Amino acid sequence: MTESLLDHYRVMWRIRLFEEKTRDLKVRGDVSGSVHLCIGQEAIAAGALGGLNRSVDVVFSTYRGHGYAIASGSDLTALFAEILGRGAGLNGGRGGSAYLSDPDNNFFGENSIVGAGAPHAVGAALAGLFDGSNRVALSAFGDGAMNQGAVHEAMNMAGAFGLPVIFLLENNRYSELTPITAMVGDVELYQRADSYGFEGIQIDGNDPTVVLDAVRSARDRAARGGGPTLIEAMTERLVGHYVGDVQQYRPAGEIDDAKTREPLVISAQKLLVQGFDDVELKSVETQERDRVASAASAALQLPFADPATALEFVYDS
Amino acid sequence: MTAEQTVVTYGGAVNAALTRSLDERTETILFGEDVALPGGVFGITKGLQSSFGDRVFDTPISETAILGAAVGAAMMGRRPIVEIMWMDFTLVAMDQLVNQAANVSYLSRGNVKAPMTVRMQQGSQPGACAQHSQCLEALLTHIPGLRVCVPATPQDAYDLLLAAVWCNDPTIVIENRNLYFGKKVTIMVGHDVQEIGGSITRHRGNDVTLVTWGSMVAPSLEAAEILEIEGVTVDVIDARWLNPFDTLAVCESVTRTGRLAVVHEATLTGAFSSQVVAGVVEAGVPLVAPPVRIGSPDTRIPAAPSLLGAVVPNVSTIVEALRRMVTRED
Repeated sequence: MTESLLDHYRVMWRIRLFEEKTRDLKVRGDVSGSVHLCIGQEAIAAGALGGLNRSVDVVFSTYRGHGYAIASGSDLTALFAEILGRGAGLNGGRGGSAYLSDPDNNFFGENSIVGAGAPHAVGAALAGLFDGSNRVALSAFGDGAMNQGAVHEAMNMAGAFGLPVIFLLENNRYSELTPITAMVGDVELYQRADSYGFEGIQIDGNDPTVVLDAVRSARDRAARGGGPTLIEAMTERLVGHYVGDVQQYRPAGEIDDAKTREPLVISAQKLLVQGFDDVELKSVETQERDRVASAASAALQLPFADPATALEFVYDS
Repeated sequence: MTAEQTVVTYGGAVNAALTRSLDERTETILFGEDVALPGGVFGITKGLQSSFGDRVFDTPISETAILGAAVGAAMMGRRPIVEIMWMDFTLVAMDQLVNQAANVSYLSRGNVKAPMTVRMQQGSQPGACAQHSQCLEALLTHIPGLRVCVPATPQDAYDLLLAAVWCNDPTIVIENRNLYFGKKVTIMVGHDVQEIGGSITRHRGNDVTLVTWGSMVAPSLEAAEILEIEGVTVDVIDARWLNPFDTLAVCESVTRTGRLAVVHEATLTGAFSSQVVAGVVEAGVPLVAPPVRIGSPDTRIPAAPSLLGAVVPNVSTIVEALRRMVTRED
């Protein structure tokens, strides 16, 4: 069943409000460690998951990956609990904000090494050739990762073997704190796919329907044996690289401009054209705000990860 | 599979273990640079692609993609066996071993595993340059989450590799190309696959405990024979596995001998021998002489045979070091 724009709108609000709550928790000292929010980029995760076959396909993301966990269906309380270092967190508190995963929902995790997850998607796709699953693997990463050797090697191998991989590049214009345009000789990153022998496309990453359609087409092609696709989803980060990043490197007015075309704004405009009214849209936001608030409250009540478990599972028993 | 004898080289034993793995564990896949159609630069994987088809394939020269794909495939339930042609080449892809493979079980609390085997070979050979010569086992023994073994004989080349493949942890098998083409010997194949871990005492003695692995096992045994003629008897323990390391066997031996020597080809600072010594000292085993570590001095590895000969330990350096050790006390 195709997700409607209203479904996406709901998931995007869930992600946005989750991220805002996480920021509040970080600022008030409840979260240890770095937190990288995907505020402004919600349409990509929300749309991408709709284009996959959720029963078999797997997702690998970056440390800016809370949105992928949410779009994959992770329990919000367990997700908050992970970020808050609680034992009932998705990873028992071992991953934290920047390295969490939810394999039960086919979300094989964030990665705190830029670009390192791309070869894992290649391996997951390879495995699918032997296990009969017809799995497609989606590797999401940022524009900065395009300059990592791991991503080059992964794309080359996927291209050489025609593997069912979707490389989903979230171009938010900044590789951490530096404009990507200053770090590449050719800013049209999607065109690199040509040299690997597969299709590359550039899309509006702020429109979840566009993302869904692109991922679905790539998924269909991959499942038919047509090989990988590179999707460059153009977006903008409305917040810093990490919570606390003062972003003095961004030109004045850039973020305000971006707020006029961010995913929630343009989706609301489209939904109004489709006939929904302000009250209906507001109620989606309110419901998601309540859902997120109650998950955060529940997570804050949970005990911290038990120190007695710190050494468990380094090895198979 | 029934247990039987076969006559093989070390390299042939590796091939036999790979054949058995691919045969008995249908979730295995084998890949790496030049391993399939060419059969490997040392011929170790010869014939596997014709026997097992698509499950054995060549890859681009992309160590990060090889190891990363092994991690991803293992997370999905495959049991990849990959080859890194020279251990020196793991350095371009260390992230995938240290930051990636080693974290899979821990992060998921054992719900996802990375049962991958990474074969490689290391060590010096006359004429080999400094980037094809290093013994780097200590880089990996430092990493919790990885298993590391260093087979020294054809029998162990077979047994340890099978144990690695059957093990659910990411496991590094460090072979040695100087051993690949040694003489053919009779080994047992087809018996039950061993668990990982466990040392073997290859020569018995009461005066010195010598712990070694990999390329230094044979010269250490030769040194023990020479010393025995002189009346000094040596327990030569082939560690086989550096993780898990058989500290218990070493401590038991040193309790008897009171002297500990550790011999390896790797350079000395930060070498695994330091860990062996620390383990014995921390266990409180009394020593009658200071422990001795014998390895290559802290240098880059030269190509010219005359230079190389001045660096890598050999039978006489081992004999001399042990003589000094026993006379110091006596």
